[in-house]
Amino acid sequence: MSPLPSSAARPSSPASDHSPEFPLSVHDLTVAYHRKPVLWDLDLDIPKGSLAGIVGPNGAGKSTLLKACLDLIPKTSGEVLIYGKPYEDQRDLVAYVPQRESVDWDFPVSALDVVAMGTYRKIGWFKRVGKKQKEQARAALEQVGIGHLSDRQISQLSGGQQQRVFLARALVQDAEIYFMDEPFAAVDAATEQAIIELLQELNSRGKTVLCVHHDLATVSRYFDWLVLLNMRIVASGPTKETFTRENLQKAYGGKLNLLEDAAHALQNVGR
Amino acid sequence: MTWTEADTGILLVGVLCAMACALPGCFLLLRRMSMMGDAISHAVLPGLAIAFLISHSRASWAMFIGAAIAGILTALFTQWISKFGKVDRGAAMGIVFTTLFAIGLILIKKTADNVDLDAGCVLYGAIEFTPLDQVVLWENESSLLRVPRAALVVGGALLFNALVIGLFYKEFTLASFDPALARTHGFRPMLMHYLLMTMVAITTVASFEAVGSIIVIAMLIVPPATAFLITRNLPLLIGLSLGLAALGAILGHLFSQLIPSLIGLPETTSSGMMATMAGFLFLLVWLLGPQGLLRKSKIEEITEPGLPPKL
Repeated sequence: MSPLPSSAARPSSPASDHSPEFPLSVHDLTVAYHRKPVLWDLDLDIPKGSLAGIVGPNGAGKSTLLKACLDLIPKTSGEVLIYGKPYEDQRDLVAYVPQRESVDWDFPVSALDVVAMGTYRKIGWFKRVGKKQKEQARAALEQVGIGHLSDRQISQLSGGQQQRVFLARALVQDAEIYFMDEPFAAVDAATEQAIIELLQELNSRGKTVLCVHHDLATVSRYFDWLVLLNMRIVASGPTKETFTRENLQKAYGGKLNLLEDAAHALQNVGR
Repeated sequence: MTWTEADTGILLVGVLCAMACALPGCFLLLRRMSMMGDAISHAVLPGLAIAFLISHSRASWAMFIGAAIAGILTALFTQWISKFGKVDRGAAMGIVFTTLFAIGLILIKKTADNVDLDAGCVLYGAIEFTPLDQVVLWENESSLLRVPRAALVVGGALLFNALVIGLFYKEFTLASFDPALARTHGFRPMLMHYLLMTMVAITTVASFEAVGSIIVIAMLIVPPATAFLITRNLPLLIGLSLGLAALGAILGHLFSQLIPSLIGLPETTSSGMMATMAGFLFLLVWLLGPQGLLRKSKIEEITEPGLPPKL
């Protein structure tokens, strides 16, 4: 393995026992692409009922962390436990909302079809999508405020509407843990508001939400738990304790314009 | 021209062949892997040649198995080369299928040329000759129903493709649209990928006798691409692809007989004209279709209620 930049400090995470109480427990996780480490020796516990944000500079490995947790990319070493068990035993407990650009929105399916895909696992192989699943999908679309667009082809939806479709698809899975990769990226203000209200509603029902986020200005308003990531865990804990100038400096290093954003964000919070 | 039983035979083979190809073609197109059809249709050649060497017969299960293995190997090699060789998918495909195709040509030239498997025939097919080899389906004192054996082969491929896609419709759709979701839900998108590749390989081999390994590419891709200009509804897309495939084959055979004789030339090859007609239908739809160049734009304004239009 190539040596790591010395600026990345040893994670300050508390000693954890990785008890099965935690919806997500990451232990010694290292992920590398072409022998180049992207995530290095991560230890992380997300408590039940958190509305957690993951922030860090570009290339910090935020999306990679989610994908590694979901076995979408191979782990070089370490383990990830969902309520104390490997992901492959807990698939039903986890819903994943990938980045919007990860799929082809010109694909010939309707909004309802995409949301119904969230029920495929329960339907199982070979069997068709039934009336019941269609109703669930329609209800989920209502819940995200675009019930009237259920029959529309997805290429005919705006960016915000597409994001809502993805969210509805996660809702029909009725999971315990929601992994979201930048759900607020390039959506209109109304959609952003609708999404955060939905996440808070899930949170109030005791669900755990883990959200890759890039807008430091909204961090303290949206999330009660914060993970600062830059290849290593810089900090993980309640937002009040972790969202500090020192931690941001550690996470964002010399990236000046981002630091200015951070300073601005901190001012907003009144720190 | 006079219509003969041979014309009916050619038409039947052409239509079934085009329809058999259009089914996997739809999913190749949607997965943005159209060129994979090209790659596989060429790369099955060594599989065919080796199967021929072993079994010494042209229309055997061995050939289908050989072709299916070669097809899957093409997909596998492409995957490996682009992953470990760090070249892009297109280049990896170019390396794999040309190499396999060349090996196939050498094998055929060295061992089987002019025997029963001919290199030229492999490339362009010989749909005109398919009615010479007939199979009797039904016979009694008053009537006789017989079809070209090739029609049974491509008809079988059509049935196989329809069954596989019918059975895995939901899984193919999910794996094509969002492989990550398919994977997190335990639906094995790579399995679906190789199943599709197998379908393409089998269809290509079934079509070899009739249209060869080049015209078959047109049959795989052009009708679905034309249908994609018309609709964004998947069941309709598949249905339209089948219809356009059949129409292209029918027009192709008719025109191959009619047009040259109008200007005093001998009749031309049907399979070539079928592909040409498929391309012509694409052009027509591109110009005159719902979003066609010659139509006024009817794209709906995308707005959310109560919000200004998105940027």
